[in-house]
Amino acid sequence: MDKMKVLAEWSYTPAKIDKGYTRKTLYVNVGEPRMEIRDVTQDMIDTFTGGRGFDLKLLWDAVKDTTKWNDPENEIVISGGPLCGITQYPGAGKSYAAFISPLSGQTYDSNSGGYWGPLTKFSGFDAVEIQGKADKDVILYINGDEGKIQILESNQPDINAYTITENLHEYFATSEADKRSISVVSAGKAAETSYYGCMNMSFYDPRRKVTRLKQAGRGGGGSIMRDKKIAAMVVKFSKMGGNENNAVDLDTLQKVGVKLHKEIHDLDDSQCKMRKIGTAHLNEIMDEYNLLPTNNYKFGQNTAEIAKIHSSEYEKLFTQGMPDGCWYGCSMACAKAVDGFTIKTGPCKGQKVTVDGPEYETVASLGSNIGVYDPLWTIEANFYADHYGVDTISLGTGIAFVCECFELGLINKTDTNGLDLNFGMKDDIMELIHRMAVGTDEFAAIVAKGIRYMKKAFAEKYKADAAKMEAIGMEGQGVETSEYVPKESIAQWGGYYLTLKGPQHDEAWLIFMDMVNKQLPTYEDKAEALHYFPNFRTWFSLVGLCKLPWNDVEPANNRIVNPPKEAAKVPEHVQNYVDIFNAVTGKAIKKEDIITMSEKVYNFQRVFQVRMKQGNAFHNIPLRALGPVFADEWDARKDYYDGKLKEIGVEPAGLSTETKIQKLQEYRLGMWDGLKTAVYKRRGWNKKGIPTVETLKRLGIDYPEVVAVVEKYSKPEDVIA
Amino acid sequence: MRWLKTYAEKCINCGKCMEVCSKTYFKEENPALSRVVITDPGAGRNISVCNQCGACMAVCPTEALYRDKNGVVQVDKSKCTSCLMCVGYCPTGNMLYAASKQTEPFKCVACGLCAKVCPTQALELGKSE
Repeated sequence: MDKMKVLAEWSYTPAKIDKGYTRKTLYVNVGEPRMEIRDVTQDMIDTFTGGRGFDLKLLWDAVKDTTKWNDPENEIVISGGPLCGITQYPGAGKSYAAFISPLSGQTYDSNSGGYWGPLTKFSGFDAVEIQGKADKDVILYINGDEGKIQILESNQPDINAYTITENLHEYFATSEADKRSISVVSAGKAAETSYYGCMNMSFYDPRRKVTRLKQAGRGGGGSIMRDKKIAAMVVKFSKMGGNENNAVDLDTLQKVGVKLHKEIHDLDDSQCKMRKIGTAHLNEIMDEYNLLPTNNYKFGQNTAEIAKIHSSEYEKLFTQGMPDGCWYGCSMACAKAVDGFTIKTGPCKGQKVTVDGPEYETVASLGSNIGVYDPLWTIEANFYADHYGVDTISLGTGIAFVCECFELGLINKTDTNGLDLNFGMKDDIMELIHRMAVGTDEFAAIVAKGIRYMKKAFAEKYKADAAKMEAIGMEGQGVETSEYVPKESIAQWGGYYLTLKGPQHDEAWLIFMDMVNKQLPTYEDKAEALHYFPNFRTWFSLVGLCKLPWNDVEPANNRIVNPPKEAAKVPEHVQNYVDIFNAVTGKAIKKEDIITMSEKVYNFQRVFQVRMKQGNAFHNIPLRALGPVFADEWDARKDYYDGKLKEIGVEPAGLSTETKIQKLQEYRLGMWDGLKTAVYKRRGWNKKGIPTVETLKRLGIDYPEVVAVVEKYSKPEDVIA
Repeated sequence: MRWLKTYAEKCINCGKCMEVCSKTYFKEENPALSRVVITDPGAGRNISVCNQCGACMAVCPTEALYRDKNGVVQVDKSKCTSCLMCVGYCPTGNMLYAASKQTEPFKCVACGLCAKVCPTQALELGKSE
């Protein structure tokens, strides 16, 4: 490969990690170009902890109130956290990327596995901040071995992820063995038209001898990368030993880690089978509980077709027995792959590739949600979504919306430039995905911008019925919903639509607690869960941890020694996290501190959203998320829904299905309002969901600029009594 | 193939094997640092040591565990990331670790020093083609 031209180069002395922190962050402006190494203050550590916390703090300082996603001052900030890069405990390689999202116009934070987080930290940086825009495609290279930062003029003919990732591992490695010292962040061609471009983050697989891709999938980070004309970001660090974080108490760290490794060894096969099937063990379980999104969330189940996408089908396709962790030391090993897969369509047709995934979300989004029950098709769609740099969840949920619009006759084959986009039309749907990457097809370019944009564009260009689209478009705050049917769980309405950044399952997943185990009967119970779990789960994002080893495996006695509500928290694992946090940092936190640490960042982020939305960070919920919208949905579970009407004192006999739907919607919208109020109150917010000054003070985030936002947009009448 | 053969019924728990092992590899006579572990659970003595089964090799993310020319499973420290998954996955509990000495795990490498000092021939270096 020809050597790339160096446009800018800076030397630095990599800071050593002390008790989990380097206390330095890297700032690079790819436009000017400029590089700065900034100090991490003690206040930053005390208030924001790290990871997503650091990202949001740096992003807050970098943007203006009016900054749009494609303004040069928008940033991509990526940080792991104090536990990121330890190898002794499963799931410790995660980093979070935060930015102002093209989909929502407010902050989004997205987590990724792969080696980028740990290797940038070992290279001396608690966070990497990218601002500005380059004139032509550049590659940012952080060389932690030599203490050098470079901006290179990209000579890569193909910026799509699989190609550029392999090429850049090859380019920067001194040998095959050295390839695992490198991580590449990439997007793809579709990220240039899409608002939901993803950021792939790589690691090298020495057994398969290929590069593997994890994703900071959601929110549009890849779109921003391409807008900044960044072809890729690369980090190299080859001198790993095993205690880079310089843990204060390695002995405890090792003991707790070994305990988890043994637990996963003993129990994974009889619990979630993560080592065999990854997250795709969920498919038939979700279908059984009417939770598997089917035809744009119209239904939650398809008993005729589910066998085709049963987890056992995917188990046959995933290569077994590989140590598939996305960072060293993860014995959950859930990063499954399909090897030797021959691509059938598009620019990679005929190539044999290793496809990362699919995860459960992709099995549903590019599967049941669009009416396709063909694992081989889903695997190829997954491949192209990664390769072209788009989020599989927004892609699938977005296409599901398109399919229903087509089915309803709101758009037609002329509008789609010849494509038949009914549910299940897999060939034409695949062609639509290719057209997103090519970028010249007007319809594909609209689809690529997501549901909120599509609703407006379809109404304007194709005269599609706005009210119908509003009811069925499964977006919240501009972001597509992820792949669980929330209709029948009030707690999950909140778990999706009362979130900081949009309907994703990062923050809360309460469906089982609510619907199956019936542990949240009152609004107050639900509000308490919607306070505890988002704050608990936020903690992982501050410290660099993956949530899967927390509750996709549990100690054998978890449900014996703990009452059900407590068992859902997996108390022994929470204690593990307290122990390893203290072992690395030398601090002495207790379980309760996890919530406090998170609450600071959670509320800071909420104020940030309010700031970027000029006071109106509104939590919307589509009607489809609350219950049936059309008659076929009601009739598919007629006894169940008629029963729901009876529960609220409405006699279904004699009523038309449309009337029944309308009555249930009215009732449930009232419940949604009640839930919103209860949750806002529990969180210490006002009626508009703005944290009160009292809450800011209680959490120690009453910085002048934060208080200013709250005071600007809060009215006395918005206080919740 | 080389491996350490054990005859627990001959063991008198004199501790010499654990002394020579820990002294040789960690410069300290300490049973907690020995790769052959004698325990006295009550009914009889137990000699626990790696049998070179190789189950650990498949779980190592960096292929740091490999068989040398004698079939002995070795830890390549230059590749090891000290994750200790091999410790968790060892079927006999004979991949060991000691934070006070090093971050990487350690195991019996069938050197035979313990067999040489054992007064009752409870340990023997097995060799086969």
